[in-house]
Amino acid sequence: MFNRDRWFEIFETIKSNKLRTFLAGFTVALGILIFIVLFGLGNGLENTFNEYFTDTKFNNIYVNGGRTSKPFAGYESNRLIELDNDDLQEISNKFDFFIEGITPRITISGEVGYKLKSNNYTIRGVGPSNQQNEMNVLMFGRYINEKDVINKEKNVVIGRLVKQDLFGDGEAVGKYINGGGRSWKVVGVYQDDGGDNEERIIYTAYTTMQKILKSTDKVGSIIISYKPSIGYDGALEFERKLKSFLKNKKKIDPSDPRGVRLRSAAKDMKENQDFSSALNYIIIFVGIGTLLAGVIGISNIMVFVIKERTKEFGIRKAVGATPSSIIWMVLQESIFITTISGYFGLFVGVVFLSSLGNTLKEDFYITDPYVDLNTALMATIMLIIFGAIAGYIPARRASKIKPIVALNDK
Amino acid sequence: MISIKGLHKSYQMGSNSLHVLKGIDFEVKEGELVAIMGSSGSGKSTLLNIIGMLDNHDKGSYKLDDVLIKNLNETKAANYRNKFLGFVFQSFNLINYKSAHENVILPLYYQGIGRKKREVKAMKYLDDVGLKNWATHMPNELSGGQKQRVAIARAMVSEPKVLLADEPTGALDSKTSKEVMDLIQKINKSGKTILVVTHEEDIAQMCKRVVRLKDGVIVEDKKINQKKAL
Repeated sequence: MFNRDRWFEIFETIKSNKLRTFLAGFTVALGILIFIVLFGLGNGLENTFNEYFTDTKFNNIYVNGGRTSKPFAGYESNRLIELDNDDLQEISNKFDFFIEGITPRITISGEVGYKLKSNNYTIRGVGPSNQQNEMNVLMFGRYINEKDVINKEKNVVIGRLVKQDLFGDGEAVGKYINGGGRSWKVVGVYQDDGGDNEERIIYTAYTTMQKILKSTDKVGSIIISYKPSIGYDGALEFERKLKSFLKNKKKIDPSDPRGVRLRSAAKDMKENQDFSSALNYIIIFVGIGTLLAGVIGISNIMVFVIKERTKEFGIRKAVGATPSSIIWMVLQESIFITTISGYFGLFVGVVFLSSLGNTLKEDFYITDPYVDLNTALMATIMLIIFGAIAGYIPARRASKIKPIVALNDK
Repeated sequence: MISIKGLHKSYQMGSNSLHVLKGIDFEVKEGELVAIMGSSGSGKSTLLNIIGMLDNHDKGSYKLDDVLIKNLNETKAANYRNKFLGFVFQSFNLINYKSAHENVILPLYYQGIGRKKREVKAMKYLDDVGLKNWATHMPNELSGGQKQRVAIARAMVSEPKVLLADEPTGALDSKTSKEVMDLIQKINKSGKTILVVTHEEDIAQMCKRVVRLKDGVIVEDKKINQKKAL
């Protein structure tokens, strides 16, 4: 393998047969290139896909009250069920095992201003866990914390766009904004990937909100994120238990489809994952198909090359070449060509993908196409191995041919 | 040098078997220049191929330089060919993408001789056949006579015990044929054993001994007065 003379002989052959070398190399390079690009675009499609479904956390369960549709335990039908602080407390105690984070949410909207600027915003009373539930990322200051909740502080955390509207480029944290005739201290600014509306919300402690709304203990809805480790089945189980717990607690007919509503992404998530992996299978299938086509291409070229060189092998054998030296010569040559051109195809493919970047995002939903190095190398190595096997079989046959047959052209 | 006794060879042609050599007894001593003659189908090329280990025989014995040549595997045959034999073919059989010099180097490459050494040696043999100035030329830039001389240099470079020439002048005009035969005579004069297969009477007359084959048997084997080629 590392015989310098043998390499020299191979370079000589390659140099003297440029078209043949080019054809073989081109097939390999093209095969790898197409594989890389396809795979990369597929990954890009998957990236876009994932992006769409990871705005708010996938493991959120939204719990809302509502009106009952059946009479139960002495209560009439059409009774309004509202969630309150006690429900919140009991849920978080009883279902601690399933829960990652839990927050109530009381939503109002109203005019909020700073100095001369003012706007209508959505204002929400929440708990500290809301930051995780909404996947808010802090830019400045801090989020609503336990102390705000306990002391019913008039502290607010504002979205990036609220800050931009009211403060421009200036500092917001520590300033006071006006809303509902009161002034609120801005303690933090957050950003959110979920779009502009998500960044036009003002958060405050839910207890503060309850106090302003005339000392109620009602919460509009409760958002619970379950632990991802419990999995899809665990999530469904949790949802079922939670629902029956609430129906029991609120004295709702167990068969009443209304009264309390649970909404979760668990089912959607499952479907999304299924779709995503289907997409993956398609990509893998197409990729392997491409590689296979490449391998077949190389095999064809090898068969052709060896046919063309039969006479040469006969001459070589007549002057003393052993069969194994001929097999090795063919193999080494083909491995050399596949390696170099495979690497070339790999390189061009990767450069092409990275040059694409996000230019296809708008029209084709392809985000950041890439191929991880392992996949790319695996593909190249596979092609080299199959190329070698493809070369070995005809090379072996050629090496066995009797020189007299190869030279018999009189 | 060559000792053949009771040699038989048949080819399988579909369901028929073609008996080509039907008991050949044949001795060649060192330094001989033997012409093997016969019409086409007489078995002369088959005999040469068996002697050249390019083909196997069915029955009988064949000794080359007191080594019994029998049931050789491919690798061993290749080594023996490389060590004992040089070949010259009617159609030259040069590798067309290698220069004259590289073609002559090839047997030395398979002998495992170092690159510098084999380049020098090949050049010396190319010089011996008068083609030193054509060393870098490709076969398609050479005339028929020149190609055959390159082929002879290639056959000689491995210093074989026997030179086998299968219709060496078959593809050449009479003037060039004489030049090539002159070269073969010179090589023979230096002591090399040479077998020449031909169907041309005047070429045979330039050898020292003529063996005539007909229908797979030797019908005549006699020493002759060698004619000078030039």
